[in-house]
Amino acid sequence: MRAGPVRFGIVVFPGSNCEYDACHVLSTFPEAEPYYLWHKDPDLRGADCIILPGGFSYGDYLRTGAIARFSPIMQEVTAFAAGGGLVLGICNGFQTLTEAHLLHGALRRNRGLRFICHPQYLRVERTDTPFTSRLRVGQVIQIPVNHNEGNWTAGADRLQEIEEQGLVAFRYCDAEGNVTEAANPNGATDNVAGILNEGNNILGMMPHPERVCEDLTGGTDGRAVFQSMIDRVLEG
Amino acid sequence: MSELYEQLGLTRREYEKICSIQGREPTHVELAVFSLMWSEHCGYKHSKPLLKRFPTKGEHVLQGPGENAGIVDIGGGLAVVMKIESHNHPSAVEPYQGAATGVGGIIRDIFAMGARPICGLDSLRFGEIEPLPARPARGAAADTPPSEATINRQRYLFEQVVAGIGGYGNCMGIPTVAGEVYFEDPYAGNCLVNAMTVGLVRHDQIIRSKAAGVGNHVVLIGSKTGRDGIGGASVLASQVFDETLEEKRPSVQVGDPFTEKKLLEACLELLRRGLLVALQDLGAAGITSSSSEMAAKGGVGIDLHTDRVPLREADMEPWEIMISESQERMLCIVAPENWEAVKAVCDRWDLDATIVGKVTDTRRLRVFYHGEMVGDMDAEALAEPPTYEVPQERPAHEVDEPLDPEAYPAPDVAPGEILTDLLGSPNIASRRWIWEQYDHQVQLNTVIGPGGDAALLRVKRTGAGIAVCTDGNGRQTFLDPYRGGKAAVCEAARNVSCVGAKPIAITNCLNFGNPDNGPIAYQLAHVIEGMAQACEALGTPVISGNVSLYNESFEQPIYPTPVVGMLGVMDDVSVNCTVGFKREGDLVYLLGDAMPVLDGSEYQKRWFGGPRGRPAGRIPDVDLEAEVALQSLLREAIAARLLRSAHDCSDGGPAVAVAESCLAGKIGAVLTLDEVPWVAGSAGCAAAAGAAETRARAAGPLALRPDLALFGEAPTLVVVSIAAADIDAFEDLCEAAGVPYTRLGTVGGADLVMTVGGAGLRASVAALDEVYESALRRALGE
Repeated sequence: MRAGPVRFGIVVFPGSNCEYDACHVLSTFPEAEPYYLWHKDPDLRGADCIILPGGFSYGDYLRTGAIARFSPIMQEVTAFAAGGGLVLGICNGFQTLTEAHLLHGALRRNRGLRFICHPQYLRVERTDTPFTSRLRVGQVIQIPVNHNEGNWTAGADRLQEIEEQGLVAFRYCDAEGNVTEAANPNGATDNVAGILNEGNNILGMMPHPERVCEDLTGGTDGRAVFQSMIDRVLEG
Repeated sequence: MSELYEQLGLTRREYEKICSIQGREPTHVELAVFSLMWSEHCGYKHSKPLLKRFPTKGEHVLQGPGENAGIVDIGGGLAVVMKIESHNHPSAVEPYQGAATGVGGIIRDIFAMGARPICGLDSLRFGEIEPLPARPARGAAADTPPSEATINRQRYLFEQVVAGIGGYGNCMGIPTVAGEVYFEDPYAGNCLVNAMTVGLVRHDQIIRSKAAGVGNHVVLIGSKTGRDGIGGASVLASQVFDETLEEKRPSVQVGDPFTEKKLLEACLELLRRGLLVALQDLGAAGITSSSSEMAAKGGVGIDLHTDRVPLREADMEPWEIMISESQERMLCIVAPENWEAVKAVCDRWDLDATIVGKVTDTRRLRVFYHGEMVGDMDAEALAEPPTYEVPQERPAHEVDEPLDPEAYPAPDVAPGEILTDLLGSPNIASRRWIWEQYDHQVQLNTVIGPGGDAALLRVKRTGAGIAVCTDGNGRQTFLDPYRGGKAAVCEAARNVSCVGAKPIAITNCLNFGNPDNGPIAYQLAHVIEGMAQACEALGTPVISGNVSLYNESFEQPIYPTPVVGMLGVMDDVSVNCTVGFKREGDLVYLLGDAMPVLDGSEYQKRWFGGPRGRPAGRIPDVDLEAEVALQSLLREAIAARLLRSAHDCSDGGPAVAVAESCLAGKIGAVLTLDEVPWVAGSAGCAAAAGAAETRARAAGPLALRPDLALFGEAPTLVVVSIAAADIDAFEDLCEAAGVPYTRLGTVGGADLVMTVGGAGLRASVAALDEVYESALRRALGE
C-alpha cells in the first residue's frame, strides 16, 4: 500500500471547460490531490493519473481534438501512458485520445446532428481495469452525456479486434441494462460509450462521470470511476 | 453629407444638432460615431424618460442600471451580476450567428464587471411553427392562416436560434439553465431572441468601466477588427424590417466562442492580479461606444489611434474601424507600469493585446489615423443623445370590459380533449427538445435544471442558492400593457418563490414596435408603469436592462413583450421544491382564489382565436397584496419542509398545472375543483386602485363554468402538494398568512382524474406524457 495523496494532473487546453468540475469533484475524495497542467507545460509534475477534461480544446472548428493532439503536453501524456500511467479522457478528452491514436476509433457527429445533454444509462462491460474495479459486470449506472460529436466508430477489422480483446468498458443501454438501438443517444457503433487501450491504462468515455459525484447535483454514480483509479494507485 | 446622415439613420434635426455641437460640419468619422451613439439602440432616445419610473435602489443593490450589468449582494462577500439583452434583428436576418453573438455579447457584459458567468437563460418568440387547429373562430373569422412558407421559415429560425444559443454557451462552459419560448403570429416577421447571463463575483473583485488616470494606456484585447457588423446598432437594431431584410445580412456579426472563452479567462486573471483600472466590452457600436462611455463615465478624455488596431482587412477606413462590431473584443485601461504583465497574460492565452490609445484630461474622444486627427468629439455629448417623448395614443384594440363568456360557449367536446390539445400546444408542451441541446450542467451548480418553474443553482462556497427564470407574456400584454407588465414581474417572482427562493432583483428586456407611433409609445409607458408597481410591491428593483424597439415587419408590430429576468436567493440550497408530485397519498392544494378567465388564455387562443390565434378581452389585474402574501407563504412552507411540490398555474390554467405536476412526478392524482371559492378579479375594473375594492364586492363562491375553471387563466394561483401528516401544520400556516387555500384531492394512481361542476376528465399520465413530450418534435415535422 502506497502512502501519500494520489496526484491527478488535469490538462487544461485553452478551450477546456470541464477542468474546474474535475478539480472540484476530485477535491471531495480525501486521498486525491488534483492540480492543473497547462497545455504548454513541458512536464506532468509528478502525476499519478492524468485527466483530459471535456470542452472544446482549441475551439474544435476543424475536428474535435484534432489540434489538441499536437500540443506540447500531449507528448508528455503519450510517454506517461506508454509507461503504464493512468489516463482518463472524458468527452473532448476522449476525442483527443482517439486523434492522438492512443485509443482506437474516431468520434463523428451525433446521429441527428444535434448537441445532446441528458442523463444516460450505461452498462458496465469490464471491471478488471484501473477505472472500473469498484463496479460490477453488467451493472447499470447513470452518467450524463453532453456532446455534439460522440458517435464512436472504427473500421470493420478493427471492430472485431476491439471486441475480441474486450476493450469496450461501457455501452449505452436502457434502465434495465438492455443494449438497444433506442438507448443509443448518438449512433455509436455497438453502443460504445467508453473504450480502453490494450494495456488497460487508458480509458476514453463520452459520458461525464465528474457530473455525477454529488447527490445535490444529480447523483453519485460517477464516483466509482475516480475511486477505482485512486484504489489502483494506492494499491499499486 | 446630407444623404450620408440619413443612410446612417439620423434625422435632419439630429444632424443639425451635431453640426451645432461641433461648430462645423462633422467629419466622416464624427458622423459615423454620432450616428451610432445617438441610435435608439445605444442612446435609448425614446425610452430614457420612461425608464426613470423603475425602482433601481434597494438594500442589496450594489450597481443599478448604467453599467455593463447590474450587481446585487447575496451575502458571504459575494454578489450576483446579471443582465438580459436582445439580439432580435440580427437573429431574424441570420438566426444561428444572430443568436450566438447575442449570447456572446451578454456574457462579455457580465465578465466586464469582473464576474465569472455561472449560467445563461433565454427568452424566445417566433411565429407559429404549425398551423393552428381549424376551429370556428369568434370575432376573427376574416383571418387567413399563415402561409406554409411562413411556417417553414419559423421552424428554420427556431431550430437555428436554439442551435446558435447552444453552440456559443456550450463552448463557453456556461450552462443554459432556464428560459421560455412562445409561438405567436405577430412574431413571424420579427422573432425575439433575448439572452440573459448571470455571474458570480467577490465584492473586492468588482470592476467598472470608468476610465481614469491621465496617461494610462487604452488597450484592446481579443479578436482582430473586421468589417462585420458595421451599422449593426443603427441600421439593423434601430429600424423596422422591410423588403431589404436580406441586404442587411452583412450587418450581422459572426461569433467565435473559443476566442471568447480565452478572453474570459484572460480578463478574470488580469482582474485577479489587479492589473486593470477599468474594463468594458465592445458590443453595439464597437470601439466607439466603449471608448466614449469609458471616457464620459470617468470625466476624462481618450485619444484613439485607429491605425494601431489589429485588422482582419488591411484597407479598412478609420470610420469603419471605429464602428465595426467584430465580436470577442474588450477595451481596458492599464497603468503603464502594468503593461508588460498584461501583455504576458494575453500572450499566454494567445490573445492580441494592443495599446490603441491613452487617457487624457480633455474630456474629448479624439480619433487619429497615422498621426492625423480625423475626429474630435465631446465624450459627454456622445453619451447624451436627444430624447423624444411621443404623444401616447391608446391602441384601438384595447377594451375596458372582459369577454362575455356567453358569447364564447364551451366547445362541444370532452374536457379531456381540451387538456390533450393544450398539452400538445407548442406554447405549453415540454421544452426538452430545446434544453437537451444546451449544456445545462457544466460548472456543477445546477440543483434544479430546465423544465422547472425556475432554475436553482448552488453557491459552492456558501451552500446558498440562486434561483433564476425569465418570464413574459406578449399576448396578455397586448390586451392590457399595464396589467401585462405587472403580471410578467409577478409571475417571474412567483416562479422563483415556487422553488423556495426570495426574489431580490430583476433585469428586463422591453421588446416593442416602432416608438414613433402613438399606440406603441402608449404600450411602452403602460408596461413600464405596471412593471414598476409590481417591482415596488415585491421589493425587486431593476438593476439592469435593455430596450429593443422597431420590432416590426411590413408595419406589423410584435406583441408588446416585456421579458423579466428574475433573481431569487435562499440560504440553504438543499431545502428546495420542485414541480412534480412525489408520493401516493400526498394531498394536493390550490393556493389563491383568483377566478380563471378566458381572456388572453392559451385556451382562448387555440379554441376561439381563429387561424391566427388572436387574443381577445381584457386580462385580470394582479392583486399585489395577495401576490406578496402567497409568495411569502410558499417560501415559508418550503423552508419548513412542508411542501412536496409547487407549481405556478400559468398557460393552460389549473388543469394544465396539475397535469404538469403529474407528468414531472410520473404519477396520477384524483382531484376536484368544486370546492374552490373563486373570487372574480378586477378584469372589468378600469384602474388598478379598484382591485382591492372589487375583490371585496365579489367575495364569495361563484359558479364557474367547468371549462373555465379547468383551462381559464388567472394570476396568483399555485398548485402544491404536502404529506398527509402535515395537514394541520400546513393549513395553520395558510391561515396565518391569510392566503386562500383549497384541498383539491390526493396524489396517486396512473391517471389524472379531475371533476368540476358535474363535468370531468380522466386521462392516463402515460398518454399525456406522450403528447407533451412529442409535441415540439411533431410541430417541427420530425
